[in-house]
This record gives sequence, C-alpha cells and structure tokens, in this order.
Amino acid sequence: MARAAVLGRLIWQAATVAAVRRESPSAVTLVMDVPEWPAHAAGQHVDVKLTAEDGYSAQRSYSIASAPADGRLEITVQRVEDGEVSPYLVDVAQPGDQIELRGPIGGYFVWSPSAERGAPVLLVGGGSGVVPLMSMVRARAEGGSRIPFRLLYSVRTPQDALYADELRQRVRDDRGLDVAWAYTRTAPDGWPGVVGRIDGARLVSDGWPASLEPDVFVCGPTGFVETVADLLVDAGHEPHRIRTERFGPTGG
Amino acid sequence: MAVINRGFSGRGRQDTALPPGQYLTEDFPVLSAGPTPRVDTDKWQFSIVTDIGRRHEWSWSQLHMLPSEEFTVDLHCVTKWSKLGTGWRGVALDTLFANVESAADYALVHSYGGYTTNLPVADLLDGQAWIAYEYAGEPLEPEHGGPARLLVPHLYLWKSAKWVRAIELTHDDQPGFWETAGYHNYGDPWREQRYWGD
Repeated sequence: MARAAVLGRLIWQAATVAAVRRESPSAVTLVMDVPEWPAHAAGQHVDVKLTAEDGYSAQRSYSIASAPADGRLEITVQRVEDGEVSPYLVDVAQPGDQIELRGPIGGYFVWSPSAERGAPVLLVGGGSGVVPLMSMVRARAEGGSRIPFRLLYSVRTPQDALYADELRQRVRDDRGLDVAWAYTRTAPDGWPGVVGRIDGARLVSDGWPASLEPDVFVCGPTGFVETVADLLVDAGHEPHRIRTERFGPTGG
Repeated sequence: MAVINRGFSGRGRQDTALPPGQYLTEDFPVLSAGPTPRVDTDKWQFSIVTDIGRRHEWSWSQLHMLPSEEFTVDLHCVTKWSKLGTGWRGVALDTLFANVESAADYALVHSYGGYTTNLPVADLLDGQAWIAYEYAGEPLEPEHGGPARLLVPHLYLWKSAKWVRAIELTHDDQPGFWETAGYHNYGDPWREQRYWGD
C-alpha cells in the first residue's frame, strides 16, 4: 500500500462547527467546515487545540470519521471522564463555534480505495477505536470499491456502540461489507452469541483466513489492540499486514 | 489568528515546565504501528554497522557485561503526553561507540519487527542516549520495547526505537518509518517539531 502523502507545513486553521450529532450518551460527532482542508486519507487524524481566555491552550489528537472530502471533515469524540479537552468537545461545543485544528496527520494507518492491492480488509475496533475504521468503511462506499470488508466491532453494551444505525444500513446497501458485533458486558435482547471479549474463535468466524493475506487494521485501547494483534499473529497473519493504532487510558 | 474557546478553562498550568502542546500523564501509554514483536533474549543481538560495513555486535549476555547506568529522564510523545521522572537502566551509547570508528554523521536505527527511525549520530553521544533494558527496576516489558529499546529522551519518543536491533551509520540522512509518513525529521519537543514543516 502506498503511503499517503502529507505534504507541506500543517498550519493551524480555524474550523467552524457546522453540526453536532449525538452518537452515544458519551460521544458526539462534530461536523467541521475548514476552508483550506485538503481531502484526507481514511484513517488519518487531526490535532485539535482549545484556548482558554487567559491564553492557556491544550491539544489532543482525534481520528477523522468521515470519508475524504474537500473543505469538511467529521470527528467523533468520546468523553474521557477526567479528560481536559474531550468534555468540552462533547458537552459544550455548539454549531457556529470556532475550533482550531491542523492536519491531516499520519501516513501509515490509512486505507484508500485507489491504492489497494485488491486484498480483502479486516477492521477490528474496540470502543471509540471504530472511528478511523468508520472512515475507511465510508471511503470504500464513496469510492465505489468492491474490496471485501469485514468489520468486527467490540463494545461494552449496545448503548456504547457508535454508528449502529448507519452500520446496519450499510450492511444492507454496501455490497461486500460485513459487520459483526462483540459485546463484552451486555448484549441486546435476543443476542444469539456469547457475551465476552473478542477471542481467536471470533477472529476466525468473523475475520479472514491468513491465507487470503488480508490487510488488517486494529484500533482501540492498548490492551484490546495488544490482545487482538497477538491473536492475529498466532493465527498466521503476517505482522507487517497488521496495522495498529492504540490509545491509552489517558487520552483526552 | 487566536480562537478563544469560551467556557474552556483547561486544567494544566502545572508548575512543571512541559514542552509546548504537551500534557502530563502518570500512565505509560503505548504507541506502536503493528503487533508487538516477541524477541527471545537467547537470540537477541544488537549491532552497530559503520558506513564502511564494519559490524560491532553484542549478544544479550555481552550487553550485560558492559557497565550499565541507572538514569532518570522525562519522556515526551508526539501524541501529546509527557511522563516525567522515569527510571531506567541501560548501557550508554557512548560505551557502545567506544571502539567504533566512523566519520558518518547520521544513524538509521533498525528494530525487530522492521521499524526504523533516523537521527544525527551526535544526538546518540555525550550522555544523551542509552540501550535500556530495565524500567522502574523490572525487565522492560515487550509492549514498551523489551527486551531492549533505544532511549533518546531529548527527542520525541518515536526516536527511541523499541525492540532495537541495529544502528546503521550513514553519510546521508535516510528518513525512517514515521519520518517518511509525515512526522518531523528531527523531532525536538521543545521546538514542537511534530510534523513535516514544523
């Protein structure tokens, strides 16, 4: 896979919040208009900076959720309970607000319909780790790609799931996209599966055999990513085809 | 263009001086681009390869026969967290370079698992860098780069290659893994050199 080019200097830009969408009790999507925004690659992130009235500022990174587009992007932010930046973005930010950001950043954890070698893709997301994977699912549909995609998405409870309605719709409408759910604490009523963490059996039943040499993207909390990546290596997947993005407990 | 975010107060402003854009954490987050390599210390080797192809090599036991240092340093990750006062044990690169003759100005660091990163040789010397194998008095865990990692704490932490395997000395500066993927070639946290053009 070719690495996405990130050219030139990444300057801070004032983005305008165009809309706020509630995704779960603790997460929102901010739709941002950014005049000078170059289309990103699915999987990239932005740095967001908040500045207080006394000039104090704080920065954090957020994955981009939307498919590549000029002038607009969406980030989905999960509130970190003792976080510094995410509570403001989730609970305070409103349409019309200006927020500084710069990007797109990161040229490795990316997927593009045009740069693919044709291998199937396995996406494994834990919690809000699904955000950059959702950008890939959306980019695939917008690009008219027929690359087979499987998303295995682990959440604690159904209420924690991001994009649940859109994913159900896409499974109907996007040919070649499968979505499998894992519930680690509480499953929906009538759920036929086992409640628990993703294990080797789930990666076999809902992933791709290593012999197909799929491109794998794993994103979630550190422990989740470590476990899933180790299971995939044990199952025979080449480590260099497993791309990971981890976030620690301190995010923010 | 200063945007003020009304209603944002922030919680930082700690007494400790941090590099610009960083925040303090007590945790030890993990950033890696792929699965964590498992490297058996029986097979572990570290080498320095000079610009004329001369190879200096150490096994795990040979590394441990060299004088080691205990040192306490601050870590600054490009993803914005800083962790202060971390305690390590390892061998100074000055010790490993003692018998290395080379006029090369640049180093390309290679890891088990295929990761690479580049930096000037000068940044590896004069007490600025170590091959570290203990963290907080314990053997270094694989997810933090064990059995041994490079530590160059005055640069962003991606320069401190985990699972370090070799240092290749070159006359030309060859960008490594993240340096090719949009991150700054040098990576000084105090000058906030995060990305290309910073």
